[in-house]
Amino acid sequence: MDRSKLSRRAWLTTTSGVIAAGLLRTQTDAVRLEAQEAPEGLRDPSKVPGRPTSEVGARAPGEQPSRLVRNQNLSSSSRTPLQDLNGTITPADLHFERHHAGVPDIVAEDHELLIHGMVDRPMMFRMADLKRYPCASQTYFLECSGNGGGAYSRDRMPTDITVQALDGLLSTSEWTGLPLSWVLREVGVRLGASWMLAEGGDAALMSRSVPLDKAMDDALLAYGQNGEAIRPEQGYPLRLFLPGWEGNISVKWLRRLEITDRPTMTRDETSKYTDPLRGGAARQFSFVMDAKSVITFPSYPYALPDRGWWEIKGLAWTGRGRITRVEVSTDGGRSWADAQLQRPVLSKSTVRFRHLWEWSGREALIVSRATDETGYVQPTVHQLWDVRGERTSYHQNHQRAWKVASTGEVTFGLGDLV
Amino acid sequence: MKGLVAAGASLILVACEMSGAGEGEGMESPYPLPLEAPERFSFGQDASEDRIFLWDIDVRPDGEGLPQGSGTVQEGEAVYRTHCLVCHGPTGTEGPYHVLVGTAPWEEWPGSRTIGGYWPYATTLYDFIRRAMPQLTPGILTANETYAVVAYLLHLNGVVPDDAVMDAEALPAVIMPARDRFVADDRRGGAEVR
Ligand code: HEC
Repeated sequence: MDRSKLSRRAWLTTTSGVIAAGLLRTQTDAVRLEAQEAPEGLRDPSKVPGRPTSEVGARAPGEQPSRLVRNQNLSSSSRTPLQDLNGTITPADLHFERHHAGVPDIVAEDHELLIHGMVDRPMMFRMADLKRYPCASQTYFLECSGNGGGAYSRDRMPTDITVQALDGLLSTSEWTGLPLSWVLREVGVRLGASWMLAEGGDAALMSRSVPLDKAMDDALLAYGQNGEAIRPEQGYPLRLFLPGWEGNISVKWLRRLEITDRPTMTRDETSKYTDPLRGGAARQFSFVMDAKSVITFPSYPYALPDRGWWEIKGLAWTGRGRITRVEVSTDGGRSWADAQLQRPVLSKSTVRFRHLWEWSGREALIVSRATDETGYVQPTVHQLWDVRGERTSYHQNHQRAWKVASTGEVTFGLGDLV
Repeated sequence: MKGLVAAGASLILVACEMSGAGEGEGMESPYPLPLEAPERFSFGQDASEDRIFLWDIDVRPDGEGLPQGSGTVQEGEAVYRTHCLVCHGPTGTEGPYHVLVGTAPWEEWPGSRTIGGYWPYATTLYDFIRRAMPQLTPGILTANETYAVVAYLLHLNGVVPDDAVMDAEALPAVIMPARDRFVADDRRGGAEVR
């Protein structure tokens, strides 16, 4: 046994002779213990005073999760380290990013939101105005609709891909802001209005058309994230947040809402963020993120050091409400067992699922599938190929798989199922 | 203009209904408006016409939002060489960034998802370039230059002839090859996978 792994408790137990004497390896060790000294090379934090309080905390030096940055282009992305996180909340500095022209520097005091178009009273709001309204907080997932596209093509099915690289365009936060419906009732939306153009104040002037029904339902003008101001990468000081919908439409750095009676047909709802289907059509305004689950442990490049008990862990979510069930298979989908869902299961948020598994040491293919409150079951990749074709893009929420080799090494295993 | 107040009122009703709903299943608003809330808080200010004019830059398929001005394919070639070529390549196909030209036949669709193969509306080009291109200096093109480079890109994609002139009338009249390829999202949840 590695001596550095021994806890102080284990040392004490050892001297009392409860644990096998083998742990007490040398006479010197015993002497040290009597003098209440840590063995050589092992720092005992109980024998030196700790650091004083600080204004801003930092992660433990040994815990340094980081986003996976695609490249340094202005239009780029970075992905959340799903394999390093517990629970459901994503620390704000690890929330995934997708920007189309970089992260703008915006001073909150100068930022304004214009609401105009088919309204009785076109209005400008400063951040102080918006924050004076009653506010609401809710925990929601946000997922880019391009998430998971790296494991869809039959000919390019990876084996050496991490859950972060494949599905890290997913994060969960508690978002705080002003329900958009409360502001829209003040500007007086006119008869016949049915859409809204949302526009950001970044160098892409990112813009998307949003059906007014959604705006009146659960849309937020969000300025808070996990208790603090929204991070610059997430749209500081103000973003639109449309729960359960593809990330791109929750326009960041929001500066303008124009109420209209038709969609504007911007580039990011025509050329991009539309889903080509088999037969030469393309699905447009495919907003909702359907039910999906991913196993975050065990996953590539982890290797199980030992057979025996392991907990398979993951995240499940649906843009259509609540997840009602997650099943886990360890034999490539031949048999399934219900995983435990961590309560509370929130609507349009991620839920943690867990399944205790006794690994026999034989090769295994572990798969998860989620069911949501509408009865929708996360499909297999074959089901998506059948209905959408093999050259579609976006919304690739099919079941994933991890292959555990008899050596314990874990690789992405969907290729074994196709 | 008659029905307008009524519509505003009905939307307010919707909001109130949502906020009034209790802990029942399904449709309740996650954000109940406090019962004491007045009909209007009136935080914020009226927006001036000038400010709206300055920011209201979007262009719709019917041409609404297009400014005055015009540009030819030839003028567009010059604009392209100066402002776009470095990132999109000499013929719009070489990159390093997005491929802008593709005239692949329908059978290969959607193999090439370019302006000629995939974009349903020509007005989107004006809207997007005005917002976001050239990427390092967005907003520097004049209206004439933007019409011109749009004309040039449409020509390279085989959509308009080399003597085309684009302006607020001509651009919305262009029928893009992919115009009728787009369908509404038919995913509804439930047992069926779509
Ligand atoms: C500095 C590099 C750069 C320059 C210069 C540039 N572009 Fe771009 N362009 C890009 C990038 C990067 C994207 C993708 C942006 C995104 O991801 O949202 C893009 C996207 C586009 C698109 C959309 C492509 C699609 O498939 O949706 C068009 C159209 C376009 N540019 C036109 C132009 C025109 C016209 C000019 C010149 C006036 C220009 N660009 C200059 C980098 C550049």
